[in-house]
Amino acid sequence: MSKFAKKKDEGLPAVNTAALPDIVFMLLFFFMTVTVMKDSSLKVENTLPNASEIKKLEKKDRVIYIYVGAPTSQYSSQFGSEPKIQLNDKFADPSAVGDYILQERAKKAQELQNVLTTALKVDKNANMGLISDIKQELRKVNALKVNYTTYDGDAFNNLQ
Amino acid sequence: MPKRGAPAEVNAGSMADIAFLLLIFFLVTTTIETDAGLDRMLPPIEPPENDVVIKQKNIFEVNINKNGQLLVEDQLTEIKNLRERAIAFLDNGGDGTCTYCKGAKNTESSDNPTKAIISLKNDRETKYSTYITVQNELVGAYNDLRNREAQRLFNRNFTDMEAEYLNPETESSVKDELKDKVKRIQDLFPQKLSEAETSTN
Repeated sequence: MSKFAKKKDEGLPAVNTAALPDIVFMLLFFFMTVTVMKDSSLKVENTLPNASEIKKLEKKDRVIYIYVGAPTSQYSSQFGSEPKIQLNDKFADPSAVGDYILQERAKKAQELQNVLTTALKVDKNANMGLISDIKQELRKVNALKVNYTTYDGDAFNNLQ
Repeated sequence: MPKRGAPAEVNAGSMADIAFLLLIFFLVTTTIETDAGLDRMLPPIEPPENDVVIKQKNIFEVNINKNGQLLVEDQLTEIKNLRERAIAFLDNGGDGTCTYCKGAKNTESSDNPTKAIISLKNDRETKYSTYITVQNELVGAYNDLRNREAQRLFNRNFTDMEAEYLNPETESSVKDELKDKVKRIQDLFPQKLSEAETSTN
């Protein structure tokens, strides 16, 4: 019998899937490294306005976040539809902002306490009155560096 | 007697499922944050010790009312034209001491970019998005002028240089070099944007 005799046709061999876990692990590690854990769930609407002259907020450990916006549909029956301030996981009054900043500042390392930035994540439908109150509170506790967090885009889209 | 071979291999077929499960968990629980925005400094709450008298012509007044209309130097202005007007004001160089200004040298407008102050006032009912647009245009005016000077002196944009300087991955030797350049440009057009307290009516 010839060595090169044709084998009997047995249909297509199954595709080897042994490398599939490796691929999936690769994806997994990619997502694990590029993403950050959500630290608080948003209770307010938070569609940020657009701006083009933006600077990136490097170094997350130096940032304190303040969210402002109308309560989401889940909370609107309880808290109304007027824009509110969210600090950590709670709704708060403007007067609580100062204490919150001091508290957060105390949690940070000593050498970072003077270089903190306050990121204001404000919904584009909020009114300036509330923002002014927050700014006033921030000035009282000497947290003067603020960042109005926005999306990258054409600022004139805000006006529509 | 059954045949004894090598120990049976562990079935690794479900490994992919476990990895998928983890992958989906991370996909769901994480967000890629949009952390960029307009950096601003608030004025300190203590009033400055010595009251400096600022000439009216060195102040560029921008007022936003609750309907989002702009009053710039007592003139109703479209937001589209704000950047242009702010640049004209900052770049004016009225007293001739500014060697790099290319403005109209109007004696009724600002003396020197280092003296020019933009004052922004808004109503309590102004919409935040309008306010951000105005802020963006004013910062944009400064950036345009700084870019112009950076192009002239260092052949690159100021915004690029600043972004590279602030990027934590930039090497420190490059950073030191950039620091001086960034500082120099900032001194040519210092950002003097005052935000007065909001009017109540």
